[in-house]
Amino acid sequence: MNRPIPAFARAALAVAVLGFATAASAQTEIQFWHSMTGALGDRVGDLAKRFNDSQKNYKVVPVFKGTYPESMAALVAATRAGNPPHMVQIFEVGTGTMMASGKAIKPVYEVMAQAGEKFDPKAYVPAVAGYYSTPTGQMLSFPFNSSTPVFYFNKDAFKKAGLDPNNPPKTWPAVMAAAAKLKVAGEKCGYTTGWPSWVHYETFSAWHDLPFATKQNGFAGIDPKLEIVNPLQIKHIENLVEWNKKGYFTYAGRTNEGEAKFFSGECPMMTSSSAAYANIKRNAKFDFGISTIPYYPDAPGAPQNTIIGGASLWVMNGKKADDYKGIARFLTWLSNPELQAEWHQQTGYLPITTAAYDITKKSGFYDKNPGTNVSVEQMIVKTTKNSKGVRLGNFVQVRDAIQEEFEAALAGKKTAKEAVEAGQKRGNEIIEKFAKAQKQG
Amino acid sequence: MEKRVLFRSRWLPYALVAPQIAITVVFFFWPAAQALYQSLLVEDAFGASSQFVWFDNFKELFANEDYLDSFRLTIVFSLLVTFLGLSISLVLAVFADRVIHAANVYKTLLIWPYAVAAAVAAVLWLFLFSPTLGVIALALKAMGFAWDPLLNGTDALILITVAAVWKQISYNFLFFLAGLQSIPKSLIEAAAIDGAGPVRRFVTIVFPLLTPTTFFLLVVNIVYAFFDTFAIVDAATGGGPAKATSILVFKVYHDGFKGLDLGGSAAQSVVLMAIVVTLTVVQFRFLEKKVQY
Repeated sequence: MNRPIPAFARAALAVAVLGFATAASAQTEIQFWHSMTGALGDRVGDLAKRFNDSQKNYKVVPVFKGTYPESMAALVAATRAGNPPHMVQIFEVGTGTMMASGKAIKPVYEVMAQAGEKFDPKAYVPAVAGYYSTPTGQMLSFPFNSSTPVFYFNKDAFKKAGLDPNNPPKTWPAVMAAAAKLKVAGEKCGYTTGWPSWVHYETFSAWHDLPFATKQNGFAGIDPKLEIVNPLQIKHIENLVEWNKKGYFTYAGRTNEGEAKFFSGECPMMTSSSAAYANIKRNAKFDFGISTIPYYPDAPGAPQNTIIGGASLWVMNGKKADDYKGIARFLTWLSNPELQAEWHQQTGYLPITTAAYDITKKSGFYDKNPGTNVSVEQMIVKTTKNSKGVRLGNFVQVRDAIQEEFEAALAGKKTAKEAVEAGQKRGNEIIEKFAKAQKQG
Repeated sequence: MEKRVLFRSRWLPYALVAPQIAITVVFFFWPAAQALYQSLLVEDAFGASSQFVWFDNFKELFANEDYLDSFRLTIVFSLLVTFLGLSISLVLAVFADRVIHAANVYKTLLIWPYAVAAAVAAVLWLFLFSPTLGVIALALKAMGFAWDPLLNGTDALILITVAAVWKQISYNFLFFLAGLQSIPKSLIEAAAIDGAGPVRRFVTIVFPLLTPTTFFLLVVNIVYAFFDTFAIVDAATGGGPAKATSILVFKVYHDGFKGLDLGGSAAQSVVLMAIVVTLTVVQFRFLEKKVQY
C-alpha cells in the first residue's frame, strides 16, 4: 500500500495543519531570554514546559541568549530597536543599570498589582529581596537564581595530607596552613577561586562588615564612591599575592574557571558560587565538602553574612496588557514554595523564599547532603548597612577594573596597596561616568 | 583604430554602479555616520536619557591612561604581527618557490591555516600554550621558562601575536608566491650567469620586483592587525591579564558591549576609523612613490 496521497486529502491535511496553527497562536506567547547553560539550561526549559502544560492561555518561550553580558547587550539592542522580549534574566551586576533604565522596564510589583496577582515581598529571604527592591521595599525584578560564595574542599586530598576532612579550615590563616600541608603531600595547587572580585572584594567586605562603597554600597544613590581601600582589604590582597608566589594559591581567571580546577582534582580547595554545586557533583570523582567562606579572626564583626550573586528576571515595558497578565501568572507559579524548594535542591541556588527553605529543611535534604545548607545559613542573618550587597551602575566595568588591578598585583607589577588603590580610583571614574549619563534626562 | 566600446547612455553607468553604492551607503556610510553622531553623545544604555556633549567623550578618552596604554600596545602589536607575518611568509614563499619535488604538497599545507576561523586558531594556540595542559607550555617549562599567560602580560602578548601571525601567514604566502612566480626567469638566469649568488639575486632583483606585492601586503596586514585580530584576543585572553592584551578594537567591543558605555565606545571606533584612513592615505601617497611597478 504505497499510494500517493490524493489531492483532496492533501488539501484537507493542509487545512487541518493551518487550523491547528491558528489554535496554537491563540495562546499568548511570552518571550523569555535567559543565560543558563548545561544542566541549568535544561531546568529552565523544564520549568517553562511545566508552566505551559499547567494552563492553556499563555505559552512561555525560553530563548538562550548567550552569557549574561551578551544577553544584556542583546537586550539593549532590542530595546533600542523597539522590540524587547517580555522577560529577561539579568545578572546581579547589571541590576544598577536596569534600575536606572527608567521607562525601558516595568517593575515587577507593578506587573503583579495590575494583574491582580497576590504578591508579598515579605515571603522572600530579606538579603535576596532587598537587593532587587527600591529603598521603600518595592520589588523591581523577580529574584530567580541567587547564589552566594561558599568554600569547597576535596575530602580525599585532605585525608591524604593528614588533614581532618570533617573539620575544614574556617579562617584564612587556617586555609593557608592547610594549603602548605597539601603542597607537602604532593598537590600541585592548594587553593583557587572563582569570581575574584565577587569573592575577594565584594563578599569580603560584607563578610567582615566593612563598607564597599558610600551611599549604602550604592543602594541609596547612583553616584557612590568605592571604599575598598582599607587595611584589611589590602592585607588580604597582600596575602593572596604572597600565597600565589609560594604556590599555595593558584589564579584561574576572572569568572568560574577555578571550578574546573577544583572538580578535576587539581586544586583541593576553592571559593566559588554555591551554584557550582551541580557541576561539581556531576564531575568530581572524589568526596567533597562545603563550608563557610574563610575570614580573618582578628577582624571585629566577622563573619557577618555573604552577599548574593546570580540573576533576576526583569519585565520589559511596552507590551500588551494581556501579556503582562501571563507574565504575572508565570511569576506567581514560580514563587510556589514546593517549586522553589525543588529548584534550590537541584541547582545549589539559594531558596529565595523562607518557606522553600523550611520545606527543604523538613524534608531532611540538608542532613542527606551535608554542606548544601551552608549558603543559606551564610545569608539568613540580619544584615548590616555594609552587608546588604553592592549595587553600582556600570558594575561590569567596575569589576573588570578591580580584577585587572588584582591581576597586576599577582603578576608583581604593582604592590597590593597600589592595586587596591588603583582599582578604587578606576572604579570611581567608571561610576562617575555612569552617574553623568543618568542625570541628563 | 578605436577598439573600445562606447556607452553613450547617460544613466547606464550610474545604474551599473548603483548596487555597489547602495551597499556601501547602507553597510558603511550609514553606520559610520551613526558612530560619529553617537560619539558626541552621553547616553544611558537603553537610550532613555541622552545629551549632546560635543567632544567630551574624546577628551575623556585621551585623558585616560588606560586608553593611551591600549594605543601603545596596539602599535607594538600591529608592528609585530606585520613584520613577523611578512618576513616569515616571504622566507617560506622563497623556499616553496625553489622546491622541486612535491611542491604542491608544501604549498597546500602552508595555505591551510587560512581556512581556520580566527577564534578557532586562538583556542588552538591557547591549548598549546595552556600552562597546565599545553604541549608547548610544558616544553617551555621543561626548558626552565616560567610560562603563564594567565598572569604574565608579556606571555599573553606573545600568545596572541603567535596566533595572529600564524593565521595570516597563509594569506601573505599566497601573494608572495604569486609575486615570485611572475618574476621573469630570464632576469634571474642572466644574473646567475653573471655570477650572482642566490642571496645577491634576491636582494638586487627579486625583492625590488616584489615591492608592489609587499606594499599591498603591508597595508592589508596592518589593517588585519588593527581589526581582524579581535576574535583571537577575545577567545585567547579576553584582553587580560590586567589589560596586557587589550588592543584598541577589543576595547571598543568591551566598553561598548560589555560595559554598555556607548558614547565612549563610539568615540573609540571613530578614532580607529581615523587611524585607518590616515594610514591608508599615508601609505598610498608616500610609500607608493617608492614602489617600483
